[in-house]
Amino acid sequence: MADANAPFIIKGETGEWEVVIGLEVHAQVVSNAKLFSGAATAFGAEPNSQVSLVDAAMPGMLPVPNQECIRQAVRTGMALDAKINRWSRFDRKNYFYADLPQGYQISQLYHPLVGEGEVEILLDEKDEASTKRIGIERIHVEQDAGKLMHDQHPTMSYVDLNRCGVALMEIVSRPDMRSPAEAGAYLRKLRAILRYVGSCDGNMEEGSMRADVNVSVRKPGEEFGTRTETKNVNSVRFVMAVVEHEAKRQVELIEEGGKVAQETRLFDPDKGVTRPLRSKEDAHDYRYFPDPDLLPLELDDAFLEACRASLPELPDAKRKRYEALGITPYNASVLTAEVEIARWFDGLLNAGAEPKQGANWVVAELFGALNRRGESITDTPISPEEAAELLKLVADGTISGTIAKQVFEIMLETGETPSRIVEQRGLKQTSDTGAIDAEIDKILTANADKVAEYKSGKQQLFGFFVGQTMKAMAGKANPQVVNERLRAKLG
Amino acid sequence: MSELTAKTIAELRDGYRSGEFSAREVAEAYNGAVAAARALNAYTVETPEDALAAADAADSARRSGQPGSLAGIPLGIKDLFATRGVDSTAGSRILKGFKPPYESTVTANLRKAGAGMLGKLNMDEFAMGSSNETSAYGPVLSPWRRKGSNVGLTPGGSSGGSSASVAANIAAGATGTDTGGSIRQPAAFTGICGIKPTYGRCSRWGVVAFASSLDQAGPMAKTVRDCAILLEAMAGFDPKDSTSLDLPVPQWEANLSSDLRGKRVGIPREYRIDGVPGDINALWDRGIEWLKDAGATPVEISLPHTKYALPTYYIIAPAEASSNLARYDGVRYGLRETPDGGNLDAMYSATRADGFGAEVKRRIMIGTYVLSAGFYDAYFTKAQKVRALIKDDFRKAFEQCDVILTPTAPSAAFGIGETTDPLAMYLNDVFAVPASLAGLPAMSVPGGLDQQGLPLGLHLIGNEFDEQTVLNAGLAIEERAGFAAKPDKWW
Repeated sequence: MADANAPFIIKGETGEWEVVIGLEVHAQVVSNAKLFSGAATAFGAEPNSQVSLVDAAMPGMLPVPNQECIRQAVRTGMALDAKINRWSRFDRKNYFYADLPQGYQISQLYHPLVGEGEVEILLDEKDEASTKRIGIERIHVEQDAGKLMHDQHPTMSYVDLNRCGVALMEIVSRPDMRSPAEAGAYLRKLRAILRYVGSCDGNMEEGSMRADVNVSVRKPGEEFGTRTETKNVNSVRFVMAVVEHEAKRQVELIEEGGKVAQETRLFDPDKGVTRPLRSKEDAHDYRYFPDPDLLPLELDDAFLEACRASLPELPDAKRKRYEALGITPYNASVLTAEVEIARWFDGLLNAGAEPKQGANWVVAELFGALNRRGESITDTPISPEEAAELLKLVADGTISGTIAKQVFEIMLETGETPSRIVEQRGLKQTSDTGAIDAEIDKILTANADKVAEYKSGKQQLFGFFVGQTMKAMAGKANPQVVNERLRAKLG
Repeated sequence: MSELTAKTIAELRDGYRSGEFSAREVAEAYNGAVAAARALNAYTVETPEDALAAADAADSARRSGQPGSLAGIPLGIKDLFATRGVDSTAGSRILKGFKPPYESTVTANLRKAGAGMLGKLNMDEFAMGSSNETSAYGPVLSPWRRKGSNVGLTPGGSSGGSSASVAANIAAGATGTDTGGSIRQPAAFTGICGIKPTYGRCSRWGVVAFASSLDQAGPMAKTVRDCAILLEAMAGFDPKDSTSLDLPVPQWEANLSSDLRGKRVGIPREYRIDGVPGDINALWDRGIEWLKDAGATPVEISLPHTKYALPTYYIIAPAEASSNLARYDGVRYGLRETPDGGNLDAMYSATRADGFGAEVKRRIMIGTYVLSAGFYDAYFTKAQKVRALIKDDFRKAFEQCDVILTPTAPSAAFGIGETTDPLAMYLNDVFAVPASLAGLPAMSVPGGLDQQGLPLGLHLIGNEFDEQTVLNAGLAIEERAGFAAKPDKWW
């Protein structure tokens, strides 16, 4: 893998070029009801089964803001250290399309709910110095549109309004990113924060999070170039691909004497290229103006305090806390990257596991097992409490590390608790010197030649005797005791 | 039974409660009168069964002793209100045959109070017009005619079906809506009362939107008292309308009083404008005398930005309308025109070209223009600033007075087809529009007849939330004007 920290430079015919990236991330707000109507928001429902009279823009219908959506956006703003605007207002963005029943989208152009904030990204998980701050320009709240279905009828398109009116947060970054890796790290970090806050499920496959990628190129130190906007990119990998492709395309275009057009483009994931969405002639004049159906949104102290009080520990704070507990920076970073993992690990700590040992075990053993089984942390049948019990059995010498691996496998297969497994299968480690001595004597007798070799100086044979003893004891012997007894007997 | 239809709502209520006549008798009398007055073209749909069902419910409620405040009162409903299962078309071809599966809050409130519905009342298309000539159903004819003339006159607009039906005794009262004078000017033209309450008093939910920041429903009826009775039933906080006023509904009827001692009546000097007939200015002067007689003190006031009100209105109202009417696109309900081989844009164009009339198209184009890039600040932003200045004019004026008296309209009713220049038509609302821009309660009360025998109205503007002073001043005028003229029945 390329060094994520290395500057991303495009070497053109005329010299080196730098890429400038800004992201507009559309994040679907987690709430039971839509932004301005009481209709439900669940994904995957029968077409047009979650549509209210307001969503369908029936004559005389009026929007009423859903406070939960506003609360989620405010909490998100707070998590991004952003300025919360106590006074904001909704505007109408006017255009005609069949998936937009009102003929306008209710959005916030002039006075967004959330102002400037920032996100700290870590470019290399193993290098704590590799951080960079990406500015957030604003977050505003707006309605999503419906969906057209073109494959239902030979000559007509169908409209599904289930998604129509669902609340979105548009999180607009500053043009602060300079490489595909930075764009990817920013999007991953933003996604992690939203998922910690619980304001967006971050499910990019289902479209509940998607990005408009703004890309321009310039010679280092020069003014920003003309940017293109690639719409609705729905994975971290694709965002990075768009940056890569657009940067190269623009450099080639400029070096061939062309000019980058300020335009909207679409990404074709199959071909890995972008292409123009519409020409300038079709450019919309959205005729934004304040929505006269809605009063300005005014937030009071009590509401803001309640929003702040409801925020969980966020990834950066959690990572620092883990490091203070003696967990390595790498493990701390891995354990905090996803909210479900962090929650699981916090559960493990709460159940009394020793932090460092616990972190090592989760990253090596648990992740290894999940990988093998193709499962995620939310699928694992093992609770943090059971895992803590297993770790405790190792820590207090009840079982050896080797046996622990076996017990863990059995736990995964059967769902039984570690103590029960150890108990029922007699896997307890023994420090009984009588039993160990008896096995050692047998082994030394049977391998008299090796004993002779050892005594004549072949010290490395010691490991062989340990292995044989452990094998004879079915792994249950306390390795320390085995070592001690062997040394005594071999002299 | 014609004497029943000549009664006021208060008289009908008292007669029905005392058992002098049944609600069914009242409904039957009105149903008969409606069917006999089709020459007026006041109703677009007649719903005699609805009126009878409400009457029967009222009669049984009386026997059980729990009649609502409007039990046994048959009303006409402006076609702008959504009425469940009954054509609700806003006077437009684009909504032809549209039967909403929902009931507007205002009509639901009226039904809850026991009122019945005689039918839907004709109106200017989407409430855009001052003469009822823009209706897709053809113009309503006023029951009034000039002395010795058979020329068909306009009942005013946009609530022309409402004004004509009350004046012709084919509705005990009617709902109207007022965006820039659409209750008051038709009330003045037909010798009836009509009040537009403070913006937000009546829910806009289920009322087809014209200009959201201005639209306000209100009652039209024979007397000031009837208006108070109806408005009490129509008004009220509605959580489904974000701009609805969260205030209790005052007991306007119980607090009616024509004793105006201690009240100051503002006479705005800017409302003395050129080209207004002498009859109208003379009536204005009589109005001042009547209010003095009731104990009030006239004070000259200044509303310096009055002359900018009409241009401001004709920027803001079309701007909002251009966006509000975008939903009529042929996709989900109403008219749909699909030209052979045409795409989505072709469907939009054909549907809207065919579905909207000339005045609606004119306003959509004006509104689109004033919101478009490069013109937004020069028109829309400027108009919003002027609107704030106009509001401020009134705020200052109400430091010096309690209610403002002006003429309602600069002319009496004119003939169908006589006013063809849109700008001349817009001038009809010159006295009505400032109060609309300021969101203030305002009422028209008949004051007398002009030399041609046509009714003229006086216009009262109150401070925000102070409908009571408006109604009380209206009552004082009503008592002193002794307006008892009725149109000769020619239909």
